[in-house]
Amino acid sequence: MLLSDSDLQAIWLTVRLASIVTFILLLIGTPIAWWLARAKTWLKGPIGAVVALPLVLPPSVLGFYLLLAMGPHGPVGQLTQALGLGRLPFTFWGLVVASVFYSLPFMVQPLQTAFEGIGERPLEVAATLRASPLDAFFTVAVPLALPGFLTASILTFAHTVGEFGVVLMIGGNLPGVTRVASVQIYDHVEALEYAQAHRLSAVMLVFSFLVLLALYAWRPGAKKGA
Amino acid sequence: MNAIDARFRLDWPGFTLDVDLALPGRGVTALFGHSGSGKTTLLRCIAGLEKASRGRLSFKGNIWQDEQTWLPPHQRPIGYVFQEASLFPHLTILGNLQFGMKRSATAQRVGLEQAIELLGIGHLLARKPDTLSGGERQRVGIARALAVGPEILLMDEPLAALDLKRKQEILPYLERLHDELAIPVIYVSHSPDEVARLADHIVAMEGGKVLANGPLGDTLARLDLPIRLGEDAGVVIEATVAERDPQWHLVRVDFPGGHLWVRDNDMPLDHRARVRILARDVSLSHNKGEDTSILNALPARVSEIAEDTHPALALVRLDVGNTPLIARVTKRSASQLGIRPGMELWAHIKAVALIG
Repeated sequence: MLLSDSDLQAIWLTVRLASIVTFILLLIGTPIAWWLARAKTWLKGPIGAVVALPLVLPPSVLGFYLLLAMGPHGPVGQLTQALGLGRLPFTFWGLVVASVFYSLPFMVQPLQTAFEGIGERPLEVAATLRASPLDAFFTVAVPLALPGFLTASILTFAHTVGEFGVVLMIGGNLPGVTRVASVQIYDHVEALEYAQAHRLSAVMLVFSFLVLLALYAWRPGAKKGA
Repeated sequence: MNAIDARFRLDWPGFTLDVDLALPGRGVTALFGHSGSGKTTLLRCIAGLEKASRGRLSFKGNIWQDEQTWLPPHQRPIGYVFQEASLFPHLTILGNLQFGMKRSATAQRVGLEQAIELLGIGHLLARKPDTLSGGERQRVGIARALAVGPEILLMDEPLAALDLKRKQEILPYLERLHDELAIPVIYVSHSPDEVARLADHIVAMEGGKVLANGPLGDTLARLDLPIRLGEDAGVVIEATVAERDPQWHLVRVDFPGGHLWVRDNDMPLDHRARVRILARDVSLSHNKGEDTSILNALPARVSEIAEDTHPALALVRLDVGNTPLIARVTKRSASQLGIRPGMELWAHIKAVALIG
């Protein structure tokens, strides 16, 4: 066996985390992207900037604030405790919440671009054909933005797989709970287990390359127009 | 009967739309003007695609917009044809046609079949929009708007994005619409030719304001029409095909006040036809002129003389019986002939276009 059980466990945990985060961000990111693509108020600037913050912020800064917020005295921590959910830091779901913030721009920005690319016209056409705004969103905007949804989902998934700093800050290093692949590699290197580190790193490298290859070589709907 | 009462006030940076209009509930009304005149904005206000800050709009007694009411576009019983066909690329032609039909309470199967037949697109139904020519796409766009079973059809320069050949391809279909459609149509255009062919009623616009609003024949014959038509100044006369002369390939068309001989284009006898006579094709004379090559000379009475776009030229409004005519002559000729209101003379007509 090339990979140890703990390596496989870390990979499985990573895939689970990335899938859940992508799913949640599809639900949260889509309305945000839709609003950003169509809003005409001054609020669009500040909100767009907040969404983009994780792109430039050191993961440790993001992790630090999230840790404070989710901690026993933070607003999120008090809420989860009041709801009987306990505390989020150093749990899998804490990691999910942190990753949702961390990967937000990777979902929102491609979707926003896709929605902006559609323009007003198809939605106006839908309205003159008796479609309510919600109807038009699902039957016109979503199908037309499908390539954007694919790009956004792939990027979000891949980016969540690749996160490290936020995981360390929020999740720590608990096997099967928060020890994702990137942390596992770190552990291997710390323990001077270079062979294992090599194998897992190679898996990550190949995976990342394939994801990006899929994204760049096969552009769904790229030739479609009009 | 006025079916549409529209009052809109809309302020944009550098543009103000300020109209108060009553439009007929039947036939084709052309919103006519140069680009930037506000005609498309007015149409969009009627459709509810644009929301005028202050406005009141009623259609056949139903309020679509006033101080308290705002009916969103998807709840208005309209059909809308955009300048570009704007078909949904992810649906087939049939899918496009059914999109609105499925959502409309007033749509009927028959309506869809009629629309497909009327626009001649039956052979395209299974195809995707990107495989169609521009003219075919626009025909589908028109059929799609009709398939919802609208109570009024709004068309925003449906031919403007097409080249001359495609225009010629679609115009016959639009003329069929004009003849066969029972619902009122509002047709935005900057083309005098399209207006002459299709409109029954004309609203001339400039700078966000209405300059003239009336039946086509009367309005085109107005010399004070503040829109300078230049080379396109002229009249449109409703006439009937009355006699065929097979030897010379001509037909005689009768109108109130006279008749004209025009090239035979195979219209059946008794067919209602439109004749367009441009002011530049009408010259004036004291004689009937038996010795010229001009086929049509009509006895006319001068009713009005006005300035034209060039200082050398004058527009002369004539009455041939009850039918108005406009002639463009140089001021020197007008002076030599002594043209003044009330004078009787002959209008020699160099060219007549039989349309529709």
